[in-house]
Amino acid sequence: MDSRSPKPAAAAATPAPGTVDLAPLRRASRPRWPELAVWLLPVAAWFLFPEDLALLTQIAIMAIFALSLDLVLGYAGIVTLGHAAFFGVGAYAAGLLAAKLGIGDPLLGLLFAAAVAALAGLVTAPTVLRGTGLTRLMVTIGIGMMLFEAANKATDLTGGVDGLQGIEMTPILGLWSFDLWGKTAYVYAVVVLLVLFLVARRIVHSPFGLSLRALHMNPARMPALGVSVDARLAAAWVLGATYAGIAGALLTQTTQFVSIDVLGFERSAEILLILVLGGAGRLYGALIGTIVFVTLHHVLAGIDPEYWQMWIGLVLIGIVLFARNGIMGAIDPFERLLARKKTEP
Amino acid sequence: MTVVFDGIASGMLLFLIAVGLSVTLGLMNFVNLAHGVFAMLGGYVCVVATGRYGVPFLVAVPLAALAAAAAGAVLERTLFRRLYGATQLDQVLFTIGVVFVAMAAARWGFGPQQQPIRLPSWLQGQVTIAGVDIGLYRAFLVVLGLLVAFGLHRTIGVTRFGARLRAAVDKPAVARGMGIDVDRVFVITFAIGSGLAGLGGAVGVELLGLDPSFPLRYLVYFLIVVAVGGSGSIGGSLLAAVLIGVCDVAGKYWVPQVGAFIIYTVMVVMLIVRPQGLFGTR
Repeated sequence: MDSRSPKPAAAAATPAPGTVDLAPLRRASRPRWPELAVWLLPVAAWFLFPEDLALLTQIAIMAIFALSLDLVLGYAGIVTLGHAAFFGVGAYAAGLLAAKLGIGDPLLGLLFAAAVAALAGLVTAPTVLRGTGLTRLMVTIGIGMMLFEAANKATDLTGGVDGLQGIEMTPILGLWSFDLWGKTAYVYAVVVLLVLFLVARRIVHSPFGLSLRALHMNPARMPALGVSVDARLAAAWVLGATYAGIAGALLTQTTQFVSIDVLGFERSAEILLILVLGGAGRLYGALIGTIVFVTLHHVLAGIDPEYWQMWIGLVLIGIVLFARNGIMGAIDPFERLLARKKTEP
Repeated sequence: MTVVFDGIASGMLLFLIAVGLSVTLGLMNFVNLAHGVFAMLGGYVCVVATGRYGVPFLVAVPLAALAAAAAGAVLERTLFRRLYGATQLDQVLFTIGVVFVAMAAARWGFGPQQQPIRLPSWLQGQVTIAGVDIGLYRAFLVVLGLLVAFGLHRTIGVTRFGARLRAAVDKPAVARGMGIDVDRVFVITFAIGSGLAGLGGAVGVELLGLDPSFPLRYLVYFLIVVAVGGSGSIGGSLLAAVLIGVCDVAGKYWVPQVGAFIIYTVMVVMLIVRPQGLFGTR
């Protein structure tokens, strides 16, 4: 059955009258061949840019962070300018675990950071979801700034502006130790990204993910169908917080340092830009946006370190005026063309 | 008491800059994160006029407001008006983009350093009244803030233009049908909001400093005033700004180890208690 066939035909295909044909939804969750190409990129990058593994690791970590914002903003539709709060919580959680308690096992650190970030998400969720519009936006900014100031002032614990030092990592699973060239760090970050991506993919195509998207499309109808809106948004918020915490923990573990920047407002704004550049509400938007942005940043800051911010600003203005759906939105028409070719003959 | 007075004065300054945002964001419902850009523009105009061309301070300040108003009007016509119907996310992204470009432009034009300002001698020094040390410049800010609050309150609440504006905001289609030139009302309102930001930026150089990172550094403060005060409420903005000014100065004075933490806490708590702001109706 063609997914775009008119409604009567779709209804006729299902056995019981009055039910909806779910085949298109099931089809959407199946992997497709262009996805394999995307996942070959990190493998290709390993061989093509062996000198830049540190930068590539950064890309993988930022991609996880962008993915977490995608779950919150792209799927649940919560506009936040304080998402760095959870990134920072994860980063400090992993850092403190290793530096103060001397537990240097990376996977244990990830789990611990994820748990702490999830807890932070759980605590903040009711506050954030209480308001709407500007109020909600301000609460997210406020939470982010509160954490930044707290980390800034609690110098005994976090090192303040000097950063948290003395983080020693033990080998991953006792087998692979972090090396000077960042090979282990890169593989580690990419594997974590892949795992988290597959989990996110599973979630957004689940009934829960579909209900989030429906909430986004028609906020009035979902409560009418008996869906508890706040519980679902809160779940997405906590999930996003957890992902962000894992991304922060990865940054700590691969750089063995925590700078106060991890909580900064700029980081929250930057990740928003990355996601919108790639295309919010699509998982690959987060990946593509990160790759394009970090590469651009690297190149532009190399050419023109003083004014690269201006280019970022111009890109933002351009996206809003001309390309609302980001890079993935620009690919859409081609994809549709491909799909038509396959079904028509 | 001196601390309280300093807090009120810095709150007034905050009000002067943020009230413009209360007009554009609160009344016109346009999430304008680029508001600080107009304040920064006013600041630079004032610094250049007084420092380089020897223009008297009292002439330079209105000049700064005019420049910011003109810039606001031009940007509204060319860019911002396209976004009135857009989603909040689009407005946030677009105006952050404007902030980044403006910061780069300021650095290109004036360099990354702080800009000094020379105040006229009659605004320097302080007097002691009933045991309270009152800086003359701070007293000037308080008077100016009250004047602006009163003037704006009258303009929006009483004049014909104010009535047109409220009509245009509430039901643009009906307002158009009644023969109100909605586009013109919006561009004038936006110019007023930007002009007030320019005014606040000009008189704020002395206390807040002025460098290219200005629009981003104080952005959160401006937004807090509007969010806590309640969208579009002049009185609410005034009260919120003074409250935040006093909390900020008192907090930094008595418990310096907590620092700016206190403001954000006050804001989040206020917004949890009253999500629509102190005087908000929406």
